[in-house]
Amino acid sequence: MLSKHGFLERHTGPLIAGILVVVSIGGLIEIAPLFYLENTIEEVDGVRPYTPLELAGRDIYIREGCYNCHSQMVRPLRDEVERYGHYSLAAESMYDHPFQWGSKRTGPDLARVGGKYSDDWHRQHLIDPRSLVPGSIMPPYAFLDRPLRHDRIQAQMKANQRVGVPYTEAQLVAARHDLQMQAGSPWAEDYSGFEERWPGIEPPMFAENEVITEMDALIAYLQVLGTMVDFSTYEIENVDNQR
Amino acid sequence: MATSVSSPNPGPNTGSIDTTFVAAVLSVGCLIFYLVAAYTPEPAMQVHAFMFLAAFMLGGAGMLLRATDGKPVDPAAYNTDIVKVGVAASAFWGVVGFLVGCVIAFQLAFPELLSWEQHGWLNFGRLRPLHTSAVIFAFGGSVLLTTSFYVVQRTTRARLFGGVLPWFTFWGYQLFIVIAATGYLMGITQSKEYAEPEWYADIWLTIIWVCYLLVFLGTLWKRKEPHIYVANWFFLAFIVTVAMLHIVNNLAMPVSLFESRSYSLFAGVQDALTQWWYGHNAVGFFLTAGFLAIMYYFIPKRVERPVYSYRLSIVHFWSLIFIYIWAGPHHLHYTALPEWAQTLGMTFSIMLWMPSWGGMINGLMTLSGAWDKLRTDPVVRMMVVSVAFYGMSTFEGPLMSVRAVNSLSHYTEWTVGHVHSGALGWVGYISFGALYCLTQWVWKRERLYSLALVEWHFWISTLGILLYITSMWVAGITEGLMWRAYDEYGFLQFSFIQTVEAKHIYYIIRAVGGTFFLIGVLIMCFNLWKTARGDIRQAEVEPKPLPTPAPAPSAAPAE
Repeated sequence: MLSKHGFLERHTGPLIAGILVVVSIGGLIEIAPLFYLENTIEEVDGVRPYTPLELAGRDIYIREGCYNCHSQMVRPLRDEVERYGHYSLAAESMYDHPFQWGSKRTGPDLARVGGKYSDDWHRQHLIDPRSLVPGSIMPPYAFLDRPLRHDRIQAQMKANQRVGVPYTEAQLVAARHDLQMQAGSPWAEDYSGFEERWPGIEPPMFAENEVITEMDALIAYLQVLGTMVDFSTYEIENVDNQR
Repeated sequence: MATSVSSPNPGPNTGSIDTTFVAAVLSVGCLIFYLVAAYTPEPAMQVHAFMFLAAFMLGGAGMLLRATDGKPVDPAAYNTDIVKVGVAASAFWGVVGFLVGCVIAFQLAFPELLSWEQHGWLNFGRLRPLHTSAVIFAFGGSVLLTTSFYVVQRTTRARLFGGVLPWFTFWGYQLFIVIAATGYLMGITQSKEYAEPEWYADIWLTIIWVCYLLVFLGTLWKRKEPHIYVANWFFLAFIVTVAMLHIVNNLAMPVSLFESRSYSLFAGVQDALTQWWYGHNAVGFFLTAGFLAIMYYFIPKRVERPVYSYRLSIVHFWSLIFIYIWAGPHHLHYTALPEWAQTLGMTFSIMLWMPSWGGMINGLMTLSGAWDKLRTDPVVRMMVVSVAFYGMSTFEGPLMSVRAVNSLSHYTEWTVGHVHSGALGWVGYISFGALYCLTQWVWKRERLYSLALVEWHFWISTLGILLYITSMWVAGITEGLMWRAYDEYGFLQFSFIQTVEAKHIYYIIRAVGGTFFLIGVLIMCFNLWKTARGDIRQAEVEPKPLPTPAPAPSAAPAE
């Protein structure tokens, strides 16, 4: 059989075709089924698309490269569940374009950081991490205390909608308004419709916030991490939920 | 050397398809980025648009100069100019990449001294992708372009195909690197590791990569040797597969045509597996297949022995490229990825051990009958130790891909140490070996400026690598064990911050190791510079010539 290999060594076309076939197989078999096997993503209640403010915060999380040091994936191991909380479900990142599972824990996992600390704690921690955690090696992010540019938030949500995030037209139309509302801007006075568009979210998040900063958005994102799923609807014994 | 038989029409190279194509790309590119610069609402994107514009104009000016300088291009002679520029670019990006690596290593060791609360662009989160991209794509990519351009010409006995196309590929790739690197500093990233550049940089790289494939294939098509040499199979697999990985993993929806931000086409679990299918095969095809091609050419050439086993190279090639593709899911053990995919990934990762060691054996045993060169030629020693590091990290990799081991090693510094034993030991050393050889060969020097400096480079860098990987082993296993430690009452024994504090001393050792590695590379750069100038260190030749005056292989045609 090896003697027939000489043919490939003399012909670029068959050689390149052989390479293409051989390197395609693994990816096709492993990745393609994830798009149609129904038990890939668990059926749970509560997971919703990010609000405009959270999405803006998520973009800052990505821009600053937080994923380089913080994972967002609690593994179903005893110590991780005790340290961080319920192990992560696939459903929790179903609207994450791209995913933020991370690969390294130079800092702690953030998959369930939402609600663990107060907004003020996060603000102080971002400005000067070592003032709250003396041994921390995290860089300070005091510069995030600058105005958040959000004139393009609707287009950013629209792009997410195009790749499959189920934003409603009403959510898109009111995107800027709702961002300001959630951030507590005193100029966003018209509360009408916010509750219907974003049920369960209480505006304003930051009272009397005259300048909406990047830090506000980032904190709004951190505070929602891991809090969406209603675990009372998660049937752990369901075969489809067991991976 | 292919002699210039009086070529039929050596006149100025204008009006041919390749120049027309490149001129068209540059003009259309200028128009596009002029519009982007005018309409973008985003300052960072405007900077990038102007950088593209400036680069395209420089490219146009370069083409004009070339068309009007009247120098005939000999279609029968090898294109060695591009190899010379490539050697310089590789050395330059190596220094940049390793330097940024040292900076971020010291940032982790001394965060209070090396962090900037008002300058986000200097913080770890933005510098880390700069480091990884600079070493993988800038240094590694330049080495791969340079060596592949050299090897494919020698082994086919044909000049590089495509007229100005190889130059367009080379400079276009350098432009991609600069766009990617400046983008990270300005906060432009799509956050997929080793695929951070945004959509417009990705499209540009796709254009460049297709040109690269065309140059490589075109040179194979006009080869004067019936056989395609094994190194070229590996280069071909590297080029084709990286194209596939790059395109699929970077599918994304930009906010608009005038903004940098885009959102990945896939989400969550599907996005995660696509990314690590890409990420692991960036290792498998960029950092392994491409550099194995270097091994298959430069080691036999430098030691003047044939490749150990022809049959082993066939088995090695096909099994390696088949199995590597499956290994991605081992980056996602115990995550929300379905377990069947994790198990497949683990199984194939363990199987991957065999082709990897097959390749290692083929490289090492090529020294049969020439083992004395380990002693006499430090360049050979560097390449052989490189293959040894390849063997070590391709054993460690399958080990870490076992779920039980991975539950300890994942998310820790052990992974970082593993990557660097492959990156510094294998990729770094085989690249340095190739750069030493190329500098001597394309500048047609009898010998390197100084073999003693190669010895210094070798030993300082090796010490650096050992400090690096041993400190990261200890740090990684320490923190992994501390995370899962329980006290006698059944509570978690350590808070997270205690595990961070425990790593401080290892961070310092690692940073020192990295600095040693960088010092070695600076020594190499000095040596390459002197060699290219034609200097020879007198102390090494006057009293007693070295026992192996390897005749410059560039003087002989490729057999």
